Parts: sequence; C-alpha cells; structure tokens
Amino acid sequence: MNIINILDEIEKVDGEIYERLSPRRKAMKDFFNVGKKVSLAALPLALGSMFQKAYGQTNPTSVTEVLNFALALEYLEYNYYNHALTNSTIVFPNAASRTAIETIRGHERAHVDLLKGALNITGADAYVDADFDFTGAATFGTAFADVFSNYATFLKVAIAFEDTGVRAYKGQAGVLKQNAVLTTALQIHSVEARHAAHVRQMAAAAGIPLKPWIAYAANGNDTGIAQVNAVYAGEQSTMQAGVEITGINGTAVTQTHAAECFDEILNGTTVKTIANIFIRTKKLA
Amino acid sequence: MENLNEPKQDVLNESTILEAKLQRRSFLRYAGAGAAVVALTAAGCRKDRVAIPNMGATLDFKDDVGVLNYAYALEQLEAAFYIRVASALPSSFTTVQRNYFQDVQFHEIAHREFFKKALAGNAIGSLEVDFSSIDFTSGAAVLAAAQTFEDLGVAAYNGAGVRITNTANLVIAGQIVSVEARHAAWVRDQINPGSFANLSTLVPFGANVAGGLDGALTPDRVLALAKPFIKTQINVINL
Repeated sequence: MNIINILDEIEKVDGEIYERLSPRRKAMKDFFNVGKKVSLAALPLALGSMFQKAYGQTNPTSVTEVLNFALALEYLEYNYYNHALTNSTIVFPNAASRTAIETIRGHERAHVDLLKGALNITGADAYVDADFDFTGAATFGTAFADVFSNYATFLKVAIAFEDTGVRAYKGQAGVLKQNAVLTTALQIHSVEARHAAHVRQMAAAAGIPLKPWIAYAANGNDTGIAQVNAVYAGEQSTMQAGVEITGINGTAVTQTHAAECFDEILNGTTVKTIANIFIRTKKLA
Repeated sequence: MENLNEPKQDVLNESTILEAKLQRRSFLRYAGAGAAVVALTAAGCRKDRVAIPNMGATLDFKDDVGVLNYAYALEQLEAAFYIRVASALPSSFTTVQRNYFQDVQFHEIAHREFFKKALAGNAIGSLEVDFSSIDFTSGAAVLAAAQTFEDLGVAAYNGAGVRITNTANLVIAGQIVSVEARHAAWVRDQINPGSFANLSTLVPFGANVAGGLDGALTPDRVLALAKPFIKTQINVINL
C-alpha cells in the first residue's frame, strides 16, 4: 500500500486534493506517525478519517494563487517554445538543438497539464500564442524583434525565461512550506534548472560565452544582455543566510564560485513584472 | 580503537556506549530502510567489534537540524568526490570539462562549508567516504559517477524539502538544489548530449515522465543509494 500512489490517483479525479489536505497538515503528519504504529489492516480506516477531515476544510487561497502563478509562467514558456518550433524561421544549427527544444517544450506542456489538473481546470488553455508578444516590443523596442528568426536571439530569451522560472518557483517555496504540493513544485523547479543549464550550453555552442550555472557579474546578469537585468538582479550575492561564502572557513572558494553555487530567489511581484513584458493582455495582477 | 571487551573503560566511554546502544535501538524501531536495518542488525551482533570513537553519524529527522545535517552529509560526499577528481583529472577531459569540474568542486565545497558553519555545534562529524568502486583515471567512469551524485543530490533535496519547517532553511535548500540540477544537466550532456533532463532515466530516482517532474526520494532511499560510497555508519531516527 503506497500512500503517495493513492494521493496521485485521487489527484487525477480531484486536482485539489493536496490543497484540501494542506490545511490539515497536522492531521496528515499525525496520520504518517500513526501509520508507523498501526498494522496494515488498520490503514484504510486511518486513511478514511484523514480524508474526511481534509475535505471539511476550505482551500488555502495562497496555495491556489501560487499554482495559478506557476501555471501562467508555464503557459508563457510552453507557447514560446511551441511558437519557435511551429511558426518561426529560426534555423536550428543541427537536429540535436531542435530536439532539445522539443524536449523542453514537452516538459513545459506537461507542467501546464499537471498544474491545470491540480487546479481542477478542465477547459481550454487560459493563454494561447496570440496572448503573448515574445519580442516584448512595448518595453524592449526592437531589441528582440528577431526572436523567431534569429537562433541566437531565440536562445537569449529562452535563457531569460528559464532562469526566471527557476527563481520564481524558489520564491514561492515559503508559501508551500510543509505542504505535499511543495514536492511537486520542487520537482518542476529542478527540471527548469536543467533546462536553463542546457539552453545556456546551446548558447555557448553558438558563440555566446555562458556557463551552465549563473556566473558572477557585478549586477548579477552574466548574459550581458541589458534588457534582462531584472531577471538576474541579486544573483551576484555571495552572502547566504548571513554567512559569507567567499573564502568560507578558510577555503579557496572565490567570489565567482560563491555567486554561482547558490541561485537566488525572485519574489512574485518581480516575476510578474518580467512576465507581463511578454503578455499582451490578461496581464498578471 | 577501543572495543567493548576491554576490561577497563572510563565513565565517559561507558555512557557513550549506552547512548550508542539506545540510538541503535531507536533506529531499528523507526527506520523503514530494509537494507540498512539488515546491515545494522548484523553490525549489532558483532559486539566485540564495535569501535567506540567511530560510532557513526546520527541524523535525527525530528527537526530542521536533522534535515540540514542530511544535506551536510550529502554535500560532504559530493565535495569529497570532486576533490578526488580534481586531484588528478582524467586525461580524456577537455579544457571545458577540466574547468567545469573545477567549478563544481568549489561549488560543492562551498555547500559543505556552508552547512558546517550554519549547523556549528549541531553539525555531524566528517564522513569517511569509499570511492573504491570508481576508476578515477577513466573520464567515462568519472562522468558516470558525477551524474549519479548530482541526480541523487537533486532527488534528495526535492524529497526532503517538505520536511523543512523553517522558511529560511527551505529557501537555502531551494537555492542549492537548482545549482545541483544545473550540474546534473551539464554532466549528463557530457555523457549523452541532449540527456540533460531525460526524465525516463530518472524514474528510479522518483521522476514522473508524464508530469514533467524531476526525481524526488525520501532520505531512507537516498541514503541506501549513497551507502556504498560512505564508510561511516549513518544512523537515522525519527524519519
């Protein structure tokens, strides 16, 4: 009997199960503790009582808000890659680079579907391609005008989206603390980090010198693209939880290592401001 | 090295032994990891061989200190691996690979030292590692081991996050895990270009392909997978 599988199965029919369970953190914790002491035969009874308690609660709006926020970012990413693959004149340098973008698009689509399910949304996507201006013209003018015709520009914007995504999920972790949905959010978060690392390497292969991790730059932005400064603000930090990482405990850890080895969070307001640059209407509030 | 059969023991050592026995008993009561329990039970039978100064490390998951020590243990393992690699890089490594393994080495050292400093008096001791199964002269073997450590590290942080009760600690874990994921993606691409987030290969680490979800494993499963690389006995309680 696997409790996680059961929750997964319930999630398929009731996407809000984790939200319903979350206010009953204590009940859930109690359940897991009880589970260690009671026999397997007694488990279904204990489970039933936990769910009864869970469904008696109202949804915590903060968790719903985080999931909706995450969904909007996933819509942005999915539509960006989908546009590049289906409606662009981008010349991919080789089959592998196109395949990599297809892989990433697939993950973003999976995240959209997962989050829609978790939010119990069964209808059409709330955001489609036409809702986005991926050149960000209203803010950036013509800087990214060739985003769907120039491979390098396409990669630059992709890197900004992925690095933003990594920071955005991290920034919401506190709201999801000790909630079962946190694990799922973390599992999405690290996939976004893998994407970021790979797209940065695609850029490196295309002559844009970037590391898979965010290297030190005085303003945090190691891409050298001034338009995306806001995406990287604070990434230069070498101080974590009040501890200076450079040369920590007498080691040879440099300022660059120190900045690279911890990614920084980005608060929801900043992420929304960044995302809204690329959203025509239905801007994130 | 002292052992239990020695006739004369001072009071301090005796109390240490009693505590150790108690830890073992509570571990056996709480731990769900079958393999670890078996190994420990076997160790418990060999009373004449128990070394007093080397009772191992105890991870008590009753609070954040235990979770952070768990992270500290894993960062010790990773740092030790990369230090060993950097001491004699495989001759097949490219310049970029040499540079990035150097980078990663210092990232992991920084993570290890961060936890050591943050935990201060609550930190577990230094772990003794066992890399005898890794051929450090082979680029392929080093990359394969690095991939395992990074993917396992990601799954470990992802699986342990929900246990953290303090927001600042949770944020720190999040700040580290995405860097581990960047390492994992890069190392994977060195072995098999395009495999940076091949989730189907990460299913044994708890990945979910349909959901586009990375690995996530509970500490008992992570420690069972890490066990072949750690000589020091790790006791887990209150998991």
